[in-house]
Amino acid sequence: MESIARARQLVKKYAHTVAVAGIDFEILENECFGFIGPNGAGKTTAMKMLYCFLPRTGGTLEVLGRDPSVHPELIKRDLGVIPQDTNLDTDLNVFENLTCYARYFGIPHAAASARAAELLDFVHLTEKRTSEIEELSSGMRRRLLIARGLINSPRLLILDEPTVGLDPQARHLIWNKLRELRAQNVTLILTTHYMDEAAELCDRVAVMDKGTILATGNPRELIRAHIGQEVLELNLTGIDPNAALAELRRLPVKVEASGQKLYIHCEDGRQVLHLLTESGYRHITRRPATLEDVFLTLTGRDLVD
Amino acid sequence: MINLSIRFSRVWHRNFDVFVKYMYVSLIGNLGDPILYLVAMGFGLGTFLGTIEGVSYVQFLAPGIIVSAAMFAATYECTYMSFLKMIHLKTYDAIIVTPVNIEDVVVGDIVWGTSKALFSAGIVCVVVAACGLMHSAWALLLPLLILIVGFHFASLAMCVTSTCPNFDYYSYFFELFITPLFFFSGIFFPLTHFPPWLRLVAHCSPLTHAVELSRALIMGYPPPHAAISVSILIIPAIILFYVSIVRMKKRIIK
Ligand SMILES: Nc1ncnc2c1ncn2[C@@H]1O[C@H](COP(=O)(O)OP(=O)(O)O)[C@@H](O)[C@H]1O
Ligand SMILES: [Mg+2]
Repeated sequence: MESIARARQLVKKYAHTVAVAGIDFEILENECFGFIGPNGAGKTTAMKMLYCFLPRTGGTLEVLGRDPSVHPELIKRDLGVIPQDTNLDTDLNVFENLTCYARYFGIPHAAASARAAELLDFVHLTEKRTSEIEELSSGMRRRLLIARGLINSPRLLILDEPTVGLDPQARHLIWNKLRELRAQNVTLILTTHYMDEAAELCDRVAVMDKGTILATGNPRELIRAHIGQEVLELNLTGIDPNAALAELRRLPVKVEASGQKLYIHCEDGRQVLHLLTESGYRHITRRPATLEDVFLTLTGRDLVD
Repeated sequence: MINLSIRFSRVWHRNFDVFVKYMYVSLIGNLGDPILYLVAMGFGLGTFLGTIEGVSYVQFLAPGIIVSAAMFAATYECTYMSFLKMIHLKTYDAIIVTPVNIEDVVVGDIVWGTSKALFSAGIVCVVVAACGLMHSAWALLLPLLILIVGFHFASLAMCVTSTCPNFDYYSYFFELFITPLFFFSGIFFPLTHFPPWLRLVAHCSPLTHAVELSRALIMGYPPPHAAISVSILIIPAIILFYVSIVRMKKRIIK
């Protein structure tokens, strides 16, 4: 499959911070690729370099086969961007936001109006066509932002935290729209600090922390490789942690401690649960391993703020 | 490297659309002041003053009010309005992820500020003409003069915007620069009674030269030093235009 974006040792330094400290990734055509990580990990900075907003400090970067530092307008032509901060044009109404944006791409007026109407329909905002931006809920604004990002029928859509701050309904609506876009062969790059969102939408994710990528891969494969099938959470209240750890050391499991809990990573939770219960342990929760476990394991459970 | 293209016109067009949308509100904001000066000072105060340099006071005042309207309109667009779009509304950020580059955005706003000057000062021209205060066919060159003045002050304002941390900064710019220019550029009284050194200072003001040219065009006499006046309006404008693009780019793309 064709490579849509590729970075080698990509670095971005601001005056006092190294926001991106040498990352490598390759994103392929038609995939949905996620950058996941806590606030401050450097996701937005990486996105801004991808969508030709920020110049890089070091390394190489190629987007849609071109270097963003040379003729960025040729890349931006085929790019859709949904930025982290909603920056709709508040001087224009909903429909005008789309047609005005179309003009920045040089799309002729008639084609722009047709495309805008089509996109309003796509994001369920046709009824808000003549509304002002202030009249929209935050979910509606985010949907309009997505419609705006699609105005030029981009090959690549970059979404920075597309659902942050939205209620569950609004989130699911956006997820559905992103799945529809995937079906239309649009390549998606998104960032999120919601692990369930990444697991839900992404073919591959890069786990970022403090400006570096800790692991890259398919969410299910990452879970299998780093955690296993299941996680048991053992509540330590009233229990001697050392005794519990000694007990667990004899089993084929990996254990992590955080706060008042032990996290037991294992393949067969039923068997481990049985053994622990026999030894007299109670207050154990058994659940499937998630991307969140991978993330917390890679970043160190206690270190994450 | 400056990466400017004709795409700046798309930014201009956006501003034009917004302007048309809020036409009536901005009409009042734009024209209130110049017309007020013309009526209150020209027809009000003027009736007590007799003649200045051989003409009625309102006749003396009108040419300066026209070019000052151009100065205020261009300055306002490229200070408060551009800052709002750059910092608060993030309009610039939204535009520069399209094929329109940051240079195009800055130039689009400067050209828009110039257009706004043409619009505001143009209406003052119409009012002045309607009052029978245009006395020469040379006045047909006024739009060209207004364009130059508008471009000059739009570029200057954009330079100020490139370093502006917040709105308060503009109050200083207006109080310490624009307002003194307005009062000491020979709009309200002739500079002939100034001591020579102060006259020289006043002639460093681009607005003084704009006023002299405007008065000459309206009355139909040759301007006192046309070549110098035009140079003082155009040469700094070109430098400021270039500097504002470079500095705005540096400010936005870190
Ligand atoms: N314009 C900027 N100037 C200076 N530092 C910045 C700027 N933008 C982001 N940073 C810093 O870079 C780091 C990464 O930020 P960001 O890319 O926004 O992370 P994320 O999107 O993962 O939350 C943070 O430490 C942040 O404070
Ligand atoms: Mg971010």
